Amino acid sequence: MSTLSDPPKGSFRLSMLLNDTRYRSMTLQVIAAVILALALAYLYSNLAANLRAAGLNISFSFLGSAAGYDINQTLIEYTSQSSNLRAAIVGILNTLLVAVLACVTATFFGVIAGVLRLSNNWLVRKLMAFYVEIFRNIPVLIWIIIIFTIMTAVMPSPRDFRGDDPASTMLLDLFAFTNRGVYVPGPYFTRGLGGEDGSTLNWLLVIATLVGSFFAARYASARANRIQEATGVRPKTLWSNLAIWIVPVSVLCLILGLSWDIPALKGFNFSGGLKVGGPLIALWFALSIYTGAFIAENVRAGILAVSKGQTEAAAALGLRPRRVMSLVVLPQALRVIIPPLISHYLNITKNSSLAIAVGYADITATLGGITLNQTGRAIECVLLLMAFYLIISLLISAGMNVYNSTMKLKER
Amino acid sequence: MSDTHAQSVAFVRESAIPQQPAPASAVGPVKWLRENLFATVPNAVLTIFSLYVLYFVLSSTLPWILNGVWDANSLAECREILQGTSGACFAVLTERWPQLIFGFKYPSTEYWRPALAFAFMLLAIAPVLFFDLPRKLLVFTILFPFVAYWLIWGGTIWISIFAMAGFAAAYVVYSRLVGQNFALGFFGGVAAAVIVWIIASYVVPAIAPEQPLLEAVPSRDLGGYMLNMMLGITCVSLSIPLGIALALGRQSSMPLIKWICVVFIEFVRGVPLITLLFVASVMLAYFFPPEQTVDLFLRVVIMITMFSAAYIAEVIRGGLAALPKGQYEAADSLGLDYAQAMRLIILPQALKISIPGIVNVAVGLFKDTTLVSVISMFDIIGMIRGPILASTDWNGVYWELLGFACLVFFVVCYSISQYSQWLERRLATDHR
Repeated sequence: MSTLSDPPKGSFRLSMLLNDTRYRSMTLQVIAAVILALALAYLYSNLAANLRAAGLNISFSFLGSAAGYDINQTLIEYTSQSSNLRAAIVGILNTLLVAVLACVTATFFGVIAGVLRLSNNWLVRKLMAFYVEIFRNIPVLIWIIIIFTIMTAVMPSPRDFRGDDPASTMLLDLFAFTNRGVYVPGPYFTRGLGGEDGSTLNWLLVIATLVGSFFAARYASARANRIQEATGVRPKTLWSNLAIWIVPVSVLCLILGLSWDIPALKGFNFSGGLKVGGPLIALWFALSIYTGAFIAENVRAGILAVSKGQTEAAAALGLRPRRVMSLVVLPQALRVIIPPLISHYLNITKNSSLAIAVGYADITATLGGITLNQTGRAIECVLLLMAFYLIISLLISAGMNVYNSTMKLKER
Repeated sequence: MSDTHAQSVAFVRESAIPQQPAPASAVGPVKWLRENLFATVPNAVLTIFSLYVLYFVLSSTLPWILNGVWDANSLAECREILQGTSGACFAVLTERWPQLIFGFKYPSTEYWRPALAFAFMLLAIAPVLFFDLPRKLLVFTILFPFVAYWLIWGGTIWISIFAMAGFAAAYVVYSRLVGQNFALGFFGGVAAAVIVWIIASYVVPAIAPEQPLLEAVPSRDLGGYMLNMMLGITCVSLSIPLGIALALGRQSSMPLIKWICVVFIEFVRGVPLITLLFVASVMLAYFFPPEQTVDLFLRVVIMITMFSAAYIAEVIRGGLAALPKGQYEAADSLGLDYAQAMRLIILPQALKISIPGIVNVAVGLFKDTTLVSVISMFDIIGMIRGPILASTDWNGVYWELLGFACLVFFVVCYSISQYSQWLERRLATDHR
């Protein structure tokens, strides 16, 4: 009888490699590994042969040599004599600048449109649905080009601002919208630390003050919570919060002598103030309204995902509508809204590479565009470009994973 | 009782009052207006503001559109006809229509070929989209890629015939061997197809006629909206099987295969499409054999397919994860092997769940085909920004052209998303 329950002790046959589940996965993996190795070796040998034929080699030394081209919008100091590496860093900063700006405004548009799509007002609801459908179904590249065309072909040229009876005038005498860019008043410090070159230091000081205010405001709110827990009455925090945010920064600005540089027409062009170039505005605004349409759908879905019973239960507990929103609905809706929101931020960062279509000097246009064409280092440039975007998106998705694990429903 | 009552009360009504119509403010359009547009004061303000915005937009665009000129040969001629009044110059669309649709290099005597291919595409795609159509039409769908290739690129018909023969051989071998083992059938089929194609690579140049029936058109001559359509359809249809394979690979219990798929998916999803297109235009040539030149269209198709396959793989992974574990266990307990379980039980359900996601990726991909204009391919955007706006005749006709581009993309993308919503309702088999 015992022989019946024993497994057959047959000797190992070759066909068992494919038919026996004990060995099959091993066989398939070995085959896959061999195919992968062969494919990589084939690609590498082609690459080596092609490079030898073209007399090239893989080298990153071009990063140190002078770039030799100008960039019209830079956040850090840059001349055509700076290195290619510095041009790439200028590009990275420009990418991050437009990405951050677009993320903020896209969230703004998206939240407003998403909430208004749920409005009681029929007309507003329909208009917002129209906005969402129009912008979601037309490529973002077309939007970028349209807004760039508005910026360059419709805006008046600086010449139109001259004369006694000019064709166009500055908005509030502060902002000038021209086809060379938008000129806005630029802040600067008359009594700043570190003299002429110390402006970065002064701005860091301002930011440090704001960070300090943030922690002070958090402390104040924690204190209010403690008092509420102890006595049941929440002290009024509105005025103290306003003071915490406004007073230190205003005092600092007074000490440093904050002043505004108003753009003015000098000769053929505006000077003074901050110039925001047409390409930046086109990219910023197009990415914002395009992604805003997607975010609007997320926001709507998130709010609809909170079941009506939650709102009713909160109302039955006697919470005011505002507290219902902030304590019950929003925390649950945000759990649905935020993960896709972050992936939309990632999309904005990746779509900002379309800057190359309108000549905004982001990393794709500097490293992947002009540097690549001037040095002919295609492989190195494209690899660096991909590495940059890969690092950014891995960082963002790592952040998202951390957020998801802290926010996910705690099931017990 | 009634007597005493009659004495104490002056009037007692003994019949019901005839029913009155509801007050005018609570019925019909007035009620609708009050409820939907003027419910509260902020609501009324919002309505008036929206009406103003609507009026502003329409009053500035409608006369411009209605006053449009459809027949002229240049912008200057348009302006002459308009004589200073505001109006669009749609003549650019009629005059440059072939360029917008087919690009500026496609031989103008051969425009009927892509047009016919487009008509065939509608026929071929219909039985895939609508299940109620007779299944026999699917034969046409299978033939379509080969016919379309021959129509658009022209040249010898033998390329299409041998390509088809390869697939036919693969199918025959697969259906013979699949009874034995799925893997055996699959790899046998691939081997058969490869053998046929290797034979073809020697035979076709020998038997190709000197003067083919259809004039050969090189890939670099393709352009216009046709290029967007071709890239969109080719890449979507190629990336769905690849995406399924990647999604299954990512779920696999074999660590090596799993990691290959994970690295591929995460890498492709981490970089923008434009960098992949740079790879296609400047870098991919280094990885092909030195003596061989692979044309840009094929390189772009490879990169876009990889790109959308990674996204589709993630969508399908979501669908696979959403299936209850019982489905996998039920398949196992029926004694099905991996391939059967996937084909018969898991994938039909997982793909059904993934339809909205796949359609989103497809729409996104179709919109992203405009990016090829950045690597100097002349798709519709490339045509508008390049040859048309740069010509002396039409320099400055921005809004008509960009509006046309918006319209063609909107029509296609919006119909696809409406179709996907219809399909979702159609496939909903659960009871709610």
